[in-house]
Amino acid sequence: MMTVLDTARRARERRLQAGVQYAQGKRVARENATALLEAVIRSGDRVCLEGDNQKQADLLAVSLAAMDSNKVHDLHMVQSGVVLPEHLDVFERGIARRLDYAYSGPQSTRIAQLLFGGKIELGAVHTYLELFARYYIDLTPQVALIAAVSADRHGNLYTGPNTEDTPAIAEATAFKDGVVIAQVNEIVDTLPRVDIPGDWVNFVIESGTPFYVEPLFTRDPAAITETQILTAMLAIKGIYAPYGVARLNHGIGFNTAAIELLLPTYGERLGLKGKVASHWALNPHPTLIPAIESGWVKQIHSFGSEVGMEPYIRARSDVYFTGPDGSLRSNRAFCQVAGMYACDMFIGSTLQIDLQGNSSTVTADRVAGFGGAPNMGSDARGRRHPSNPWLQAGKEADPGRPAPLRRGRKLVVQIGETFGDRNAPMFVEHLDALKLAEKLDLDLAPVMLYGDDVTHIVTEEGIANLLLCRDADEREHAVRGVAGFTEIGRGRHAGMVQRLRTRGAIRRPEDLGIDPLDADRRLLSARSIKDLVRWSGDLYEPPSRFRNW
Amino acid sequence: MSTAGSWYEATARQRLLKLLDEGTFEEFIGPEQRETSPHLSLFDLPEQFDDGMIVGHGRLEGTRVLIAAQEGRFMGGAFGEIHGAKLTGLLRASREISSMPVLILFDSGGVRLQEANAGETAISEIMRALVDARLAGVPVVGLIGGRAGCYGGGGLIAGCCSALAVSEQGRISVSGPEVIETNRGVEEFDSKDRALVWRTMGGKHRRLIGGAEILADDTMASFREAATHLIKRAPPLDAVTLEAEQSRLEKRLERFGRCEDARDIWVSLGVADARSLPALAYDDFVVLANRLENAPYDAR
Amino acid sequence: MEHLNYHHIAPSRAKGSKRQAIVGVVASGNLEVLVERTLPDTECEVNIRTAAEGFGDVWKAVVADFVERRSPGGLKLSVNDGGARPDMVALRLSQAVRAVGDQS
Repeated sequence: MMTVLDTARRARERRLQAGVQYAQGKRVARENATALLEAVIRSGDRVCLEGDNQKQADLLAVSLAAMDSNKVHDLHMVQSGVVLPEHLDVFERGIARRLDYAYSGPQSTRIAQLLFGGKIELGAVHTYLELFARYYIDLTPQVALIAAVSADRHGNLYTGPNTEDTPAIAEATAFKDGVVIAQVNEIVDTLPRVDIPGDWVNFVIESGTPFYVEPLFTRDPAAITETQILTAMLAIKGIYAPYGVARLNHGIGFNTAAIELLLPTYGERLGLKGKVASHWALNPHPTLIPAIESGWVKQIHSFGSEVGMEPYIRARSDVYFTGPDGSLRSNRAFCQVAGMYACDMFIGSTLQIDLQGNSSTVTADRVAGFGGAPNMGSDARGRRHPSNPWLQAGKEADPGRPAPLRRGRKLVVQIGETFGDRNAPMFVEHLDALKLAEKLDLDLAPVMLYGDDVTHIVTEEGIANLLLCRDADEREHAVRGVAGFTEIGRGRHAGMVQRLRTRGAIRRPEDLGIDPLDADRRLLSARSIKDLVRWSGDLYEPPSRFRNW
Repeated sequence: MSTAGSWYEATARQRLLKLLDEGTFEEFIGPEQRETSPHLSLFDLPEQFDDGMIVGHGRLEGTRVLIAAQEGRFMGGAFGEIHGAKLTGLLRASREISSMPVLILFDSGGVRLQEANAGETAISEIMRALVDARLAGVPVVGLIGGRAGCYGGGGLIAGCCSALAVSEQGRISVSGPEVIETNRGVEEFDSKDRALVWRTMGGKHRRLIGGAEILADDTMASFREAATHLIKRAPPLDAVTLEAEQSRLEKRLERFGRCEDARDIWVSLGVADARSLPALAYDDFVVLANRLENAPYDAR
Repeated sequence: MEHLNYHHIAPSRAKGSKRQAIVGVVASGNLEVLVERTLPDTECEVNIRTAAEGFGDVWKAVVADFVERRSPGGLKLSVNDGGARPDMVALRLSQAVRAVGDQS
């Protein structure tokens, strides 16, 4: 007789039965949310609570944290983002014990305290894509708590502009005998479009208010400094132009915001329109509006959305991914993959870089996690299709190898000022990440980008091209050569730096024909949030905190 | 996009130099005199050579003017002993000279806490000197459009001016948003709601409610045009003017005193779409404001 | 508050005929530089008053580099610093030399 392995399926049936008492069809009233969770979730379960980079299933987070820990305890939380206070309350209250996650920016101090204090058993800190991958192998959730804009009576969901992680989470859970519970702003007769099929969804709770979204990708042009503009000019003229970078991803920050705002002005002056920066893996950055309006951008795929950008996106469906209803469709999993395999360059900022080019955003008392940067900022060795920038970088890295066997390299660029907030140097001998690893007894120090993936470093002092460095010694001096007046910079060997400069492994602004005094705010195509609103034809609606009118 | 200089973005010096005819500005007590605050070093705070107040004279469209400009980014543009004394001295001099209008480029959060007594004294000395100058027939025109706005003592001084031009980014008030929230609660006034702050204290509202004569665009050119216009149209400071002002304010309080929000006032004034007023482009707003005007605000 | 003073020999006289100029504003992360043409052609002096204490080494390096690049002979530069980063300091010093280099 054949054995049928369907234990998990029958277990799901029992969970659903336990939850049915609170439901009419799939619909559960808001006031029964905690009771539903207590009925459906078992102690020790793996639970995915949708704390995405931006979107938060806030009602479900509050309801989860309100459970009786005598009834449900020792949960294993698997989630992208630890963002809301309730995400950590569940650990304080003994409802959860173990955590695997990717990003904890807003809770970086509190999570550090709980980790040091032993209140959280850490599985590992991942990148987003890694976590999604593990949902399909060894971290599949038994219960997924997700957020959507609206549902219809069949449980079909519209996740809209902030679709983000939901498809990856829901598919893994639904097809591996898990239970999917969704909070929605409202239940309607007809959805604008179907993002998640009702077959995947077991319970729907109408919260009656919009789920919380973090505005993360809005940078006020008024705050961009002359130095940041200088680094942007260097990047455009010293990297975008010579490599011909058409497909790219920008990490969030003021340096990259400056690059975006310089394309229609400085980029135009250099004759680069149509040659660079046309295809993007990027969230809807408001600072890219002038470039879009000036005809630089063919297409953008987004990880998530951005508060205030929706009306603009609707009116620019030639550029953004939108559904038949007109609203944005984002997808973090696919955008991460796009950033890895379909982009020729990543450029972003960091807090610390060491002498080998390893970089980290970790400090000794704050644990922010990785988010998606390590994926964007790494060489994708599985890539096979060629492009000019990729092949050129590969040639610079390994000139001796015969061309047909010499694969290319993704351009991975770190950009920033030599001194950061409170005059803390960006360049250090030893990353704070090492101290953190010791404190938390981690196998690996939390490094964001590894030196052997980083190809260029751009500061106000110039550009270091690590591809042209032949050994660790040269790499160290290329780093020192752009480290300005930091201790690392002042420790340079002048002769070594000069040799590297002759070879082009270090280039100063004057080598590129750039006078630092030319880095003027007047070069910015938009100098205020209001300017961005004007560029957008009044379609962009910035969040209140950015207004001065 | 416009590359014409933004008033909001500019430093006090840049505003002053762009406002006046090129090459005509001469500074009194310039930075090389190093007349700095005698108090800030006690608090380990850095000084500025001009103590954040630039005074001098120059020409505006050929007309000789006296001019003062506050640096809103230094100590929030707040009044201190030297800062205040420079403006007092300028206004007293204007009464003696009596033939030159005075332009005051406000950008101030009020009085410096570190120099509170001297600062408050300066405010009242300035107000007296300003009134004396106006009594002698000197037009005193205020221009407001910087980051710090025109608050506290600055707001009081502005209220004594012959006329005011303000930009959309500019704000005029006495108590600041945080102070109102602390004293009255967040339900009364949420200081983090910037749209509310600008609706209540910002340039467009001030223009509509009669707190300023002209709404200028956020450009040097627009402020220059406004200043040129206003120095020629300053009403005399006499009993007739004051009585008219009293009457205007009484009627305004009677008409709008029960309104909960600036939008209610705009609706009452006849604005068709109050919600979209803050977003209205400059030229369109000016047309609208001129159309709504019921009585001239010649009452300072 | 820290007071720092650096005296240098400059390669050549700073261009232009203006007697003085001023750039910048004293605010967090910013600084003002008053530049006066009061010294002999080959000398340069930089006076700094700063609220950020303990960065003497960095200031020294920034000023030395500035003198070498911009040749500010004859100029006395007086700085009031609000805690600016070295790159901002270098920028303002250069802007000051440019400002006084304009024809008056």
